[in-house]
Amino acid sequence: MARLTASSATSSTRKGPALVSTLGTVGIPAGAEQGPVPALEVTGLTKTYQVGTIGKPKVVHALTEADLSIGRSEIVGLVGESGSGKSTFARSVAFLERPTAGTIKVDGQTISLKPSAGELRQHRSKVQMIFQDPYTSLDPLHKIRYAVARPLKTFDVAPSDQHPAIVNQILTEVGLTPPEEYLRRYPYQLSGGQRQRVGVARALAARPSLLLADEPTSMLDVSIRLNIMNMLLDLRQSQGLSMLFVTHDLAGASYMSDRIAIMYAGHLIEMGPAQDVMSEPRHPYTQLLRRAAPDPASHFGRETRFESRGDPPDLTALPEGCPFAPRCPQARSECRSAVPAWRNVGPNHKVRCVLY
Amino acid sequence: MAPLLELRDLHVGYGWDAKSTTTIVRGVNLTVDEGEVVGVAGESGCGKTTLANAAAGLLEPPGRITGGSILFQGRDLLNIPAEEMRQLHLAQISMVFQASMNILNPVMRIRSQFWDAMKVHGVSSEDEAMERAREMFDRVKLPRQFLDAYPHQLSGGMRQRAVIALSLVLKPKLVFLDEPTTALDVVVQRSIVQMLNELRQDLGFGVMFITHDLSLLVEIADKIAIMYAGAIVEEAPAQQLYEAPDHPYTKSLMTAFPPLGSARTRMEGLPGTPPDMRSLPAGCAFTPRCPSAIEGVCDRVPPPEMTDGQAHRVVCHLLDQKGASVG
Repeated sequence: MARLTASSATSSTRKGPALVSTLGTVGIPAGAEQGPVPALEVTGLTKTYQVGTIGKPKVVHALTEADLSIGRSEIVGLVGESGSGKSTFARSVAFLERPTAGTIKVDGQTISLKPSAGELRQHRSKVQMIFQDPYTSLDPLHKIRYAVARPLKTFDVAPSDQHPAIVNQILTEVGLTPPEEYLRRYPYQLSGGQRQRVGVARALAARPSLLLADEPTSMLDVSIRLNIMNMLLDLRQSQGLSMLFVTHDLAGASYMSDRIAIMYAGHLIEMGPAQDVMSEPRHPYTQLLRRAAPDPASHFGRETRFESRGDPPDLTALPEGCPFAPRCPQARSECRSAVPAWRNVGPNHKVRCVLY
Repeated sequence: MAPLLELRDLHVGYGWDAKSTTTIVRGVNLTVDEGEVVGVAGESGCGKTTLANAAAGLLEPPGRITGGSILFQGRDLLNIPAEEMRQLHLAQISMVFQASMNILNPVMRIRSQFWDAMKVHGVSSEDEAMERAREMFDRVKLPRQFLDAYPHQLSGGMRQRAVIALSLVLKPKLVFLDEPTTALDVVVQRSIVQMLNELRQDLGFGVMFITHDLSLLVEIADKIAIMYAGAIVEEAPAQQLYEAPDHPYTKSLMTAFPPLGSARTRMEGLPGTPPDMRSLPAGCAFTPRCPSAIEGVCDRVPPPEMTDGQAHRVVCHLLDQKGASVG
């Protein structure tokens, strides 16, 4: 199979000198998949919302039967456009939205879909979220010290006399040094990048095993995005954190992630090692995304026309079958009858498309 | 031939009098030729939007032009009567703002908003106005029936197309695009950028494209100017700037976004933050963040402008020290 030789070539390029330091000691996807207990195991996760007026009720299918697992110390990038359900996925896993159906296992432990307050607290001590907007996700009335110390108390991480030392240590870990400078400040006294670091510090304070980062860099200026991404990569390395990196930016996802999952209209449609998904996208939608992303490196000396028709479907009236079929240049009649099953197209690389 | 737009030593500040004014744009020289796409890139707060607003004659108090001149087709825009400026807007010079899909009036049908704009500029019959609006809708690939729609009935990408159609309906010579695709998804962004490029080839207008997304700019601009702390630090044809940037700031910006699809290697971002415009460092404003700053020179003396005699210019001490010109 030509496919196998191609993928072995790309996997050898993964072992660049810098990668060894990033990935050397921690599980890479292949190992992580077969590892003992994944950090996160989600099956059939579904979220619907009731909308519309009386007499004309409608159901928004924000997320439809998503299966995704994240290995220990693995970073999975979840990529999709606005409204694709990627944030709903992260928020459902964090139980900020109550899932309609499905199972969520964290460290092998299933959480009930109607958890008690105690169960919920235990769940959140293991799963923490970093939000997109650092300008609104911190309480403006509280100092940084409060934001970071609060989870220590809520989740009973350590005796309270140790809290100041732990807060200092966490602030140092996220690069807010010296910590004493920041403890007494309010969010408005910090820049966007510094605020996002506080957001990460707050999440780390709960000592989670899984971080859900929902577009953590998209509100930040280009020049500081990379610094935040590097900090997250360092944290994975030093603390063995697992991470879901939700983004609409393919380049950012490929920089951060071991594996990439692509979402369209609430459906996961392709999943695989980041390099393989980037260099050989299989699903027609992934190929469309890949072509749409600015790519100066291969721009010069090449004149390409970008063809795209239609828009993502109305989530209250999803088309029968594959949600991408109405826009897909290669759609066949079978695409319009049922959502295609997962097919393997390479090592750990699978796609939900009848073309393979 | 005179350039379409020429900015000469333009200074723009914010403040009510000379004493309290903070200068945001510091001595910008830039030209846009007919049919040319000139990109201006830089971090938030570098003055790129202020520059575009000033050049388009849209600066509102307390914004003030404190020095220099703006020549549009050879005429000094700073010294023409307000009414004449009003006539130039939309007809000759138009602007698409960031998130401008939200500038449409939500309680008016889109056709009325086209008619309103054209009435001001001497289109006398509504039939003619609608004929031109329909033609523009075809060009931006929006179905004509959406002229009768209210803005909320359109998606964000469609609204942005409608706004672009509105800004081009009087066939202006010069269009300012201030982050026109930043709020949009990547697929929509790509089709709008491609559409703008086709429109420019058909209609022949010049563009000043403002963005922080250098990777996008490299693909669409003929010429790129990099702005830092209110001044242009490097300017070159797009390909030359991408392949052989000379200013340390440009180099850092180039590595600030991860490339698509290449092997995963660790990249370092840009350390530090932009300077406070109220108290700029002496010498070169980039010195505190510059990895190759020369002590005693960069932090004391304003950097010289070096040029390769053609289109590439850099404002930096390093090239001066090497005794080499750019190129």
